[in-house]
Amino acid sequence: MKNRVIRGIPVSPSIAIGKVFLYSPKDITFKRIKKKGSVDEEICKFEKSRRKSQRQLRALKSELKKLPTKEPVRLIDIQILFLQDPLLLNSVEKRIRNNKEAAAEAILNLLESLKRDFQEIPDSYISERYLDVKDVGDRLLKNLGEDEIEMELKGHNNIVVAERLSPTETAQMSVDKVSGIVTERGGKTSHIAIIAEALNIPAVVGVNGLLNETESGDEIIVDGISGIVVVNPDENTKRTFEQKEKEAERIQKEFLKHKDLPATTIDGYSIDICANIELPMELGFIKKYGAKGVGLLRTEFLYLTSESIPDEDEQYRFYSEIARVCSPDYAIIRTLDLGGDKVFKTKTKEEANPFLGWRGIRFSISNNEIFRTQLRAILKASSKGNIRLLIPMVSQVEEMIKVRKIVKDIMKELKKEGHPFDENIEIGAMVEVPSVCLLADHFARVVDFFSIGTNDLTQYTLAVDRGNKRVSGLYDHLDPSVLKLMRVTVEHAHHNNKWVGVCGGIAADIVAVPVLIGLEVDELSLPPSFIPQVKNVIRGLSLKEARELLTQAEKMRSATEVREFLKGELLKRFPSLKNILLEVEK
Amino acid sequence: MYQKKTKIKNSLGIHARPASMIVKLASKFESKVELEKDNIDVNAKSIMGVLMLASEKGQEIVVRACGEDEKEAVKAIVELIERRKFDEE
Repeated sequence: MKNRVIRGIPVSPSIAIGKVFLYSPKDITFKRIKKKGSVDEEICKFEKSRRKSQRQLRALKSELKKLPTKEPVRLIDIQILFLQDPLLLNSVEKRIRNNKEAAAEAILNLLESLKRDFQEIPDSYISERYLDVKDVGDRLLKNLGEDEIEMELKGHNNIVVAERLSPTETAQMSVDKVSGIVTERGGKTSHIAIIAEALNIPAVVGVNGLLNETESGDEIIVDGISGIVVVNPDENTKRTFEQKEKEAERIQKEFLKHKDLPATTIDGYSIDICANIELPMELGFIKKYGAKGVGLLRTEFLYLTSESIPDEDEQYRFYSEIARVCSPDYAIIRTLDLGGDKVFKTKTKEEANPFLGWRGIRFSISNNEIFRTQLRAILKASSKGNIRLLIPMVSQVEEMIKVRKIVKDIMKELKKEGHPFDENIEIGAMVEVPSVCLLADHFARVVDFFSIGTNDLTQYTLAVDRGNKRVSGLYDHLDPSVLKLMRVTVEHAHHNNKWVGVCGGIAADIVAVPVLIGLEVDELSLPPSFIPQVKNVIRGLSLKEARELLTQAEKMRSATEVREFLKGELLKRFPSLKNILLEVEK
Repeated sequence: MYQKKTKIKNSLGIHARPASMIVKLASKFESKVELEKDNIDVNAKSIMGVLMLASEKGQEIVVRACGEDEKEAVKAIVELIERRKFDEE
């Protein structure tokens, strides 16, 4: 189909046009076994492929050692062990010798029988290791050189299209120098998003229906600025995007020049612009994009990338490093925001409604040991710089009172042990549940600050799961109802002399900048690479006009109206943003 | 032949990383090394074998070796399981 436009989540603000390279390692099937040799020939073929695979994995391992997390290296380690497993090697040889199977057949049949063996293991963590065996098997098959699928990327301008990419595969992409990445799954904080941003590769993730629409060799446009993917663009569209690509590059360079100027409006209203980060490798982005400290440090990756729950020391080291890099600016550390099922991978049952379930502070309060370990690490690190504490998924005032009590207890403990910490550490609540907005005057008495997470606030207000493609079209953080909830929160907070930050997706949406300024929030925190363009808009606005725009937007009846209105107003003031805001008709 | 009983002490049991550690350690010895749990024997130099054992915290396993360096092999693996707890804690 010509000019098929699909939307996803932009994660790395640049554009690429190239040829689709469909990456689907899991679906390799054999059209035919080219030629079956004698038993000895097949055994020799297998051995050659095994050695080649071993060389590849060792090379990949040394690449992966450069990453900050250890998990990818461990994954490769286990794959290398599978390649030298005496049991597996024996079975392949037996199949070739006794059953007269070709090398490829032997591998395929062995994989089938291993799949059944693994399925019988009740511990899902171990049974999932079949995926590693399968990875190794696929590699062996590819290296036999009998399949019709080319693994290596050839030529230039390859845009990798995949359902999802593991950390290992992502690292491979960086070795292969791809020019763009599009995945059907994944969000703003997936590994692929972070690595793509770090390497400046245009990328769009969470593109629903992508794989049904593309084939290898198709021409494809990846627009990491607006999150648009165009498959088989017509000449007109291509020209438009080529122009946008050039223009975007020019503007980004221009923006970067001004990245260190303060985020102050024409009439002197100033706001802090901070970075959302998660991985140690992102620390470099703070300076690179001119952020004032970290407005949201997500800590989930600490728990998700290791098999065991990270201990106090490991966490303390990481948080101290963040505090040191940000100093004298602050770093806001958010405690674990996961569902219970993700922490205890195998021990808990799936919930029917995980978004309304046992997650965030609800999970932390009932898992005292995990929560206290994290709080101790954060408090200890608070002696190394300016750290603030943020609590996710708060819905009731009592939760914050409990948190304060736990923090107080830990402070007593640390004092006894002789560890220094910041006795006046600020403790804030995430505003994600509408109840917090409506009761903000009560919350304001038990918190030091608020941080509005618009992604969840929008989901809970509009009852829309934006990962569900049947309803995701209903999701827009510019909905007037969300704006009103934000307004209530800010008013009550300021009335009680508490400050308010915004750390959700709305903070990186330049169309929304005027209403955020109009709300007079005190801080915005966003993915680092989006900071220069947001700052640029703030510096060209006045608080007075931003307030007026907000008042008008709040009177509208839908997000669509608000978005159209704000876009028009923004273009009047910043004609040069035309190319960045450009979108293709659906 | 030399053998010793031991108990899994780390909280997550013999998962991917501990299994890799056992296989790497066992492979350093000349002797044939086996693990036994509930009357099932597996080759401790095979990652498949060790994973298939699916041992959890609190379960007993027997470490057995046969060869020139059988004692050293058994002692090293028991130490990894019992004392070092796979360097997890």
